[in-house]
Amino acid sequence: MYSLPIVAEAMLNGLLTGAVYALIALGLTLVYGVLHIINFAHGAFLTCAMFAVWLAHTFLGLDPYLAILPLTLIFFALGYAVQRFIIGPSSHGDDGNILLVTLGLSIVIENALLAGFHSDTRSLSTDYSFNVFEVGPLLISQARLFGFVGAVVVTALLWLLLARTDTGKAIRAVAKEKLGARLVGINVSHVFAVTFGIGCATLAIAACLLMPTFYVNPRVGGAFVLVAFTIVVLGGMGSITGALIGGLFIGVVESLCGLFLGESLGQIGIFLIFILVLLFRPTGLFGARA
Amino acid sequence: MTLFSKSISRRGALKGGMAAAAVIAAPSVLRAAEPPPVKVGILQPVTGALAMDGEFGRTGAELAIADINAAGGIKALGGAKIEMVFGDARSNPEAGVQEVERMQSEGVAAIVGGFASPICLAATQAAARYDLPYIVDVGVSDQIIQRGLKNTFRFAPGFGICTQAAIQNLVRINDAAGKPAKTIALVHEDGLFGSGLAKLMQTELPKHGFEIIETIAIPTPSRDLSNVALRLRSLNPDLVIPSTYYGETVLLARTMQQQRVRPKAVYAVVNGAASNMRFVKEFPEAAENIMDVNHWHDPRNPKNAELQKRVLDAGKQWNYNTPLNYSCVLLLADAMERAGSADRAKLIDSIAASTFDKHLMPYGPTKFEGGQNQGAAPVSTQVQKATIRVVYPEAFSDAKPVFPVRG
Repeated sequence: MYSLPIVAEAMLNGLLTGAVYALIALGLTLVYGVLHIINFAHGAFLTCAMFAVWLAHTFLGLDPYLAILPLTLIFFALGYAVQRFIIGPSSHGDDGNILLVTLGLSIVIENALLAGFHSDTRSLSTDYSFNVFEVGPLLISQARLFGFVGAVVVTALLWLLLARTDTGKAIRAVAKEKLGARLVGINVSHVFAVTFGIGCATLAIAACLLMPTFYVNPRVGGAFVLVAFTIVVLGGMGSITGALIGGLFIGVVESLCGLFLGESLGQIGIFLIFILVLLFRPTGLFGARA
Repeated sequence: MTLFSKSISRRGALKGGMAAAAVIAAPSVLRAAEPPPVKVGILQPVTGALAMDGEFGRTGAELAIADINAAGGIKALGGAKIEMVFGDARSNPEAGVQEVERMQSEGVAAIVGGFASPICLAATQAAARYDLPYIVDVGVSDQIIQRGLKNTFRFAPGFGICTQAAIQNLVRINDAAGKPAKTIALVHEDGLFGSGLAKLMQTELPKHGFEIIETIAIPTPSRDLSNVALRLRSLNPDLVIPSTYYGETVLLARTMQQQRVRPKAVYAVVNGAASNMRFVKEFPEAAENIMDVNHWHDPRNPKNAELQKRVLDAGKQWNYNTPLNYSCVLLLADAMERAGSADRAKLIDSIAASTFDKHLMPYGPTKFEGGQNQGAAPVSTQVQKATIRVVYPEAFSDAKPVFPVRG
């Protein structure tokens, strides 16, 4: 059996990682909540963002944390354009169309990355990548702690944006009643594109927070997005608070299962939660009741 | 007056006639000097998840074919050149089989390559239907040569040989250092390769006095290995043996460095990163002193340095797959020379009887038993001062092992 500090450190690791999972889930849940589509290309966009961080660091010498601002803007614009010119025009008629479009988009992106970067795994190293804070017997990774703080701040900012700004109000109005929003003069397709843009921008931030300690290859996004789907289901489709709390919870569950049952079974723990939530509380912890 | 001082003898007339005939027939004689090329299939995954390794292999095969052709082709076939029929296995067995079918329809004499076990298993099976000789380059699964397929030969060591060599080398290195390592933690990827390897290690290592105190399975890709590092830190094993793919090995080595996990040595077996210069170049601190038992070129053979220079000059990367595939093509060419034919049945017999020793690998001469090259063996490598050195066996080593790394 493990000593208390070991279990405590595992829980802490889980919390720190879970916050970044939550950030990835945030974009997914927002896009679902407003556009009512499940974006299967979410993982592929994350991979793109991670490659962008790697490129910026390797060729421009840009620190991943300093890359946050430019990449957030670039990925917002990218997301906006993708919704405006690819997903939007294909969303008339059958809902299944959009699923296929996002799925197709993910395949195109993944294969374009494979063509451009091969299947090579790449990582970058910063001064703080290996540093730890020592708190008593606990070793806390600096980069992970920064990731946690960054993820919580972004979640709070997004919440403020949705709660306090006109754009936020428009987004919420469209999410609640598309036709009504259109009747009061809200440009729905613009709001859709902004929402999709925000979804991609959060991925850019997540990528900047992940890259100091993690690696990237053309398929890596898939590993995160599966967890993000679980978090969205657990937290409730479309719920921002749900994404944050769900992310932290899943992070801790994964970490403790990993410690006590082994890493492979740790992931089974996550999917068990996924199935149980779908069976017994399909609306999730914070989701609106159907 | 006669035009000739002597009358033409019958023999002279015959000679002249033959010479004239030879001149008239010259174009066909010239054609005979250029016999039709022998087609050889080169199968590698150059797109998809295994593209990096596939490219390493393709480079080796291409250079070997270029060298054989430049040196006058297959002499026993009148200097026939080798023509490459390249197939992209696209990192999956189905595509591998499709490419074998295409190579068959294009009339190849033999196929070389495959790289990954699942591709090799399917491709050799498909080639067996046409009695098409197949030389497997890497594919470590021992099932590849355990199905009794007459057409299938594996030049490199398989899983069983690699594990045996890993254990033998470890015992010798540990004994030579006064047995500092006693406890071991295994970290393996949870697929066919890692799990099988861990099972063998669990049975074999205790027979040599080692105690396995933990076996940790990790998925590929793993998002976070800080818990693995945490468990290792709390157990404090003398040795950590990772059998994982590139990304996870890098992640594990970096996390261990960060979490201050300091075993006496990291002794990897058939690892995806520990024998890869990219890892060494990008993370010299995390990689330093990591040992591995793996395929590697023979550092004492000067031809490797020459080949490496050509590869690097061409702006490509060097890995063991390059000299391995180079050697596989030379092995096939040698078999053609001895068979004096590109006939498939004769080639199969000729490869089976091969004692080829002009390859670039740290192996003895080839000797196939049940399709497995008995001369093949992996070597123990260690990252020393940001370069990968062969530390064992002595016959091929270019450095002494640093063991234990930490006291």
